[in-house]
Amino acid sequence: MRRFWHSAGPVLTIVAAILLGWYVLAVILNMPWTLDRMERAGESLSFTERVADTWAQDKPRLPAPHQILVELYDTVIDKKITSKRSLVYHSWVTLVPTVAGFALGSLLGILLAVGIVHDRTMDMSVMPWVIASQAVPIVAIAPMIIVVLNAVGISGLLPKAIIAMYLSFFPVVVGMVKGFRTPDRMELDQMRTWSANKWQTFWSLRWPSSVRFLFPSMKIAISASLVGTIVAELPTGAVAGLGARLLGGSYYGQTIQIWSALVMASLLAALLVMAVGMAERITMKAMGMAR
Amino acid sequence: MMILLGAIIFWLAMWAVNAWLAHRGSSRAIRIIVPIIFGITVVALWEWLVWGWDINPVLLPAPSAIYAAFIGNIPTLWADFLQTFVQGALTGYIIGCGAAFLTAVAIDRSPFLQRGLLPIGNFVAALPIVGIAPIMVMWFGFGWQSKAAVVVIMVYFPMLVNTVQGMKATDPMQRDLMRTYAASYPQRLMKLRLPAAAPFIFNGLKISTTLALIGAIVAEYFGSPIVGMGFRIQTELGRLNLDMVWAEIVVAAIAGTAFYGLVTLLERAATFWHPSQRG
Repeated sequence: MRRFWHSAGPVLTIVAAILLGWYVLAVILNMPWTLDRMERAGESLSFTERVADTWAQDKPRLPAPHQILVELYDTVIDKKITSKRSLVYHSWVTLVPTVAGFALGSLLGILLAVGIVHDRTMDMSVMPWVIASQAVPIVAIAPMIIVVLNAVGISGLLPKAIIAMYLSFFPVVVGMVKGFRTPDRMELDQMRTWSANKWQTFWSLRWPSSVRFLFPSMKIAISASLVGTIVAELPTGAVAGLGARLLGGSYYGQTIQIWSALVMASLLAALLVMAVGMAERITMKAMGMAR
Repeated sequence: MMILLGAIIFWLAMWAVNAWLAHRGSSRAIRIIVPIIFGITVVALWEWLVWGWDINPVLLPAPSAIYAAFIGNIPTLWADFLQTFVQGALTGYIIGCGAAFLTAVAIDRSPFLQRGLLPIGNFVAALPIVGIAPIMVMWFGFGWQSKAAVVVIMVYFPMLVNTVQGMKATDPMQRDLMRTYAASYPQRLMKLRLPAAAPFIFNGLKISTTLALIGAIVAEYFGSPIVGMGFRIQTELGRLNLDMVWAEIVVAAIAGTAFYGLVTLLERAATFWHPSQRG
């Protein structure tokens, strides 16, 4: 129990402080509207009534946390999941291309890393571009890919998955090249004394020792791929998906809708990263590498 | 068919040149020339196939068309660059990284706050924070201020986590040595802890360069004045002026790599003593 509080205590304290600050900020930001309405209605509210009003507006500048929770409850639990107003439905629309793109991107990334490690020419020609591309804001081209593919008649899941793939591809390449290269001279020489061929060296030495790098880069990749999908839903006036909820909310000033979509996206990101973390723990255990 | 055949032959020829070069050694010159040849090959193939197959410029403009759009629109591109990069991304980057650094130093003496902030910072760094953009646009208006605000929030947590981790990078022996010198807290901070944290701090700064540019561009999709890189990408897409969109992407790529390169140079100058820089 003491150990639990040692690690959880500080986190909970800070979360509580953030929530408190949030409520205070909501009062400050929403107060002008309350005062304005009070003046127009010609009524005078006491201080506590004013504060209560700032936490219960329809389109507040900053919704209070409990308003977001109520909206989340309404749109997640109260609506049928097939309904267009259900956040579960929108999350699903975003989740599918994210996961599909992530799987494809990781696979491609691993394949490219294998090529880079084994072929000197490929290493020298491609690797500098992979590293340089890390500094380029690739998300910026998401809208273009959507529009172009739409022009050829491809729409729906595929364009979003392509963007997600593109974004999850680079962290995996960089991580895996590093991972495949962790075996040192001594270990490689050992493989040679056993007269192992390239293929055997790869499967019994390089691949197992790269696993420690695979999962951390996949965690980065999956959150990047979620961001890619959400951004991809912005520019085309998409009708479904968390990105579309964000855009719709910003068109109509529905701040509570924006925040609930944002919380949902965060939950999704956390779940995805946790899923990768779980896969990591299971794999590590199976390989006898768990700490 | 002839066109595809030509493309394949050209590709194999260039690849052979690169293979020959790569196996001749790994001098500095070869390390620079090989990727450049590869890049030129890709661009040349792109031009050749777009021309040969007569690909609709709405789908994929040829590199020459993109170059023409770039050269022909330099004033517009420059204005967009100033608006998005200098005013939005750079301002936000400086404020966000500065605030994160100061926070990290401020909580340095409180292990309690560090234990609390580190997991939260790590968690938040994995969230799709770009989504905060519509809210910032509502709060701060369409101008560059809202973009800077998005960037501040995006770069704050990665920078905070890296700096806090860096401040822990000294080993007990070094700290004991400072104690035997009877160094005061500011002295320990300036002479030992911050220099030891520098590699971590620069890592945070480097990650933040890309995030800053992404934040500034994506925030413009939610509303912007009639200038800016994100605005331009969106409107020119609407008019199917793909060459202009690509020109803007070229600007973003150049700005991103130059920004990253600049921070790397600073890192090299500031942490020349670190093993990772001496290799």
